[in-house]
Amino acid sequence: MKKNGILSRLFLALCFLFLYAPILVLVVFSFNASKSRAVWAGFTLDWYADLLDNSAILNALWITLAVSAIAAVIATIMGTAAAIGFYNMKRRSRNVCMTINNIPLTNADIITGVSMMLLFILAVDAWNGGIGRALGLRFNLGFWSLLIAHITFDVPNVILSVTPKLRQLDPNIYEAAQDLGDHGLHAFVKVVLPEIMPGVVNGLIMAFTLSIDDFVVSYFTAGAQTQTLSMVIYSMAKKRVSPEINALSTLMFLAVVILMVIFNLRQAHQARQAQERRKALYGK
Amino acid sequence: MKSKAISYPYVAWMALFVVAPIVIIVVYAFTAAGGGFSLENFHSMAQYATAFGRSFLLAAVATVVCLLAGYPLAYFLARERGWIHRMATMLIMLPMWMNFLLRTYSWKFLLERNGLLNTLFGLIGLGPFQMIDTQGAIVLGMVYNYLPYMVLPIFSVIAKIDPKVVEAAQDLGANSVTVFRRVIFPLSLPGVLSGITMVFIPSVSTFAISRLLGGSKTLLLGNLIDMQFLGSAYNPHLGSAVSLVMMVIVMVCMAVMNHFGDGEEGVTL
Repeated sequence: MKKNGILSRLFLALCFLFLYAPILVLVVFSFNASKSRAVWAGFTLDWYADLLDNSAILNALWITLAVSAIAAVIATIMGTAAAIGFYNMKRRSRNVCMTINNIPLTNADIITGVSMMLLFILAVDAWNGGIGRALGLRFNLGFWSLLIAHITFDVPNVILSVTPKLRQLDPNIYEAAQDLGDHGLHAFVKVVLPEIMPGVVNGLIMAFTLSIDDFVVSYFTAGAQTQTLSMVIYSMAKKRVSPEINALSTLMFLAVVILMVIFNLRQAHQARQAQERRKALYGK
Repeated sequence: MKSKAISYPYVAWMALFVVAPIVIIVVYAFTAAGGGFSLENFHSMAQYATAFGRSFLLAAVATVVCLLAGYPLAYFLARERGWIHRMATMLIMLPMWMNFLLRTYSWKFLLERNGLLNTLFGLIGLGPFQMIDTQGAIVLGMVYNYLPYMVLPIFSVIAKIDPKVVEAAQDLGANSVTVFRRVIFPLSLPGVLSGITMVFIPSVSTFAISRLLGGSKTLLLGNLIDMQFLGSAYNPHLGSAVSLVMMVIVMVCMAVMNHFGDGEEGVTL
């Protein structure tokens, strides 16, 4: 293919300007002393201080981190097990399972959200009207329903990232381990798991980021009392424009950049290690 | 390792939290508030025909704009060599990793009547323009948020095209336009199809973008559903009916499109 000329380079630059300028503007104005959205009135860190005093935001941050971490771990365990089970199924039943598994991926978020909300409300009403009343234990939508919803949209992504690794797996190595007298779980942990580990870790990271970023499904399934960070941002952004959001944007963007750098360094490190191992093995 | 049984917990989970909620939506859509089968919800949906039309129109416009801007962007990025090529995926994904509400909010900040863009226009003696609370602002918000979903799949398909295929076409006398038209574009179609899906579905169902950038007057399907479930017009039966119709229309659109894709496997992120 030919190299890019000056015009295509210019087009690339314009596209990246479009993608990054709004973020840059938010970052710059998070340090603006004036509340105005257009005038620069000097440097300040006030909005950051306000943000740290904002208990609604801090609370929501903890809920978001907790639900994302717990959901990602549960989804990774359940998803990896499911991927292995699906892999061992007959073609017919595997196709049925994969089709259902794909529903949360292809459906619009809002439909996943409202449909689960209806299920949770029906369950809560049934409980509160029956056993719950007898026991004096009433329930409402909250952290538990948020967690179930997050696990539900996390698992399909874990399965998508583990399944290719299973296909690459040499079916003989598990049998070889069995021939050598290793059975069941131990053979799985020692032989199969290390091979599919990159897919599992990738699935875990994807599940965690999806959960952190989710707004729509959380919005419908969290109930009236529980709020994730996205939900707080939505209610803040809907009302009067507050410079605290600029400060929050800057901090979140910084967190993402740091995570990306760590992730890339780790990948480069792994690639280097793999190369050294190859060298040691083959003397090349 | 040979066991199917370890997937059973998730099969049960899917039955409970994926299949059952969809069944509930269907049941709610076909019943009235008092119970019993009814088509009332679908009749009363007629008054929202404009919301349907507007949602699909705005989402279609946003998808076309994303394709027109995203295809060349992906193509040029795939042609770059060196650090830009290596960093391309990351450069496109980085804004996407920032909370999408914050990104949408930044446009509100830019487009407001006394926002940054109008101030800049003022400096050269133009405006102020009414940009926020318009349908154009909603389309802009969709394009800005979902452009990466169009670029990434197209980029990954084009980057994987074997350079030998292009060289072979050139050896056979094709000029660069023909190479693009007969070789690169057909090979990139799976990426285009999955890009279209990934932009259109969130666009047609959004309620946050229209709420933040479109003001309270522009009602989209997402806002309509939101209102029936969590808003003032509480009526989950009508909301379910709207959701169901939207889901079916989207499914039909995707089936028609994938038919053109001829069973080619879509590319996901």
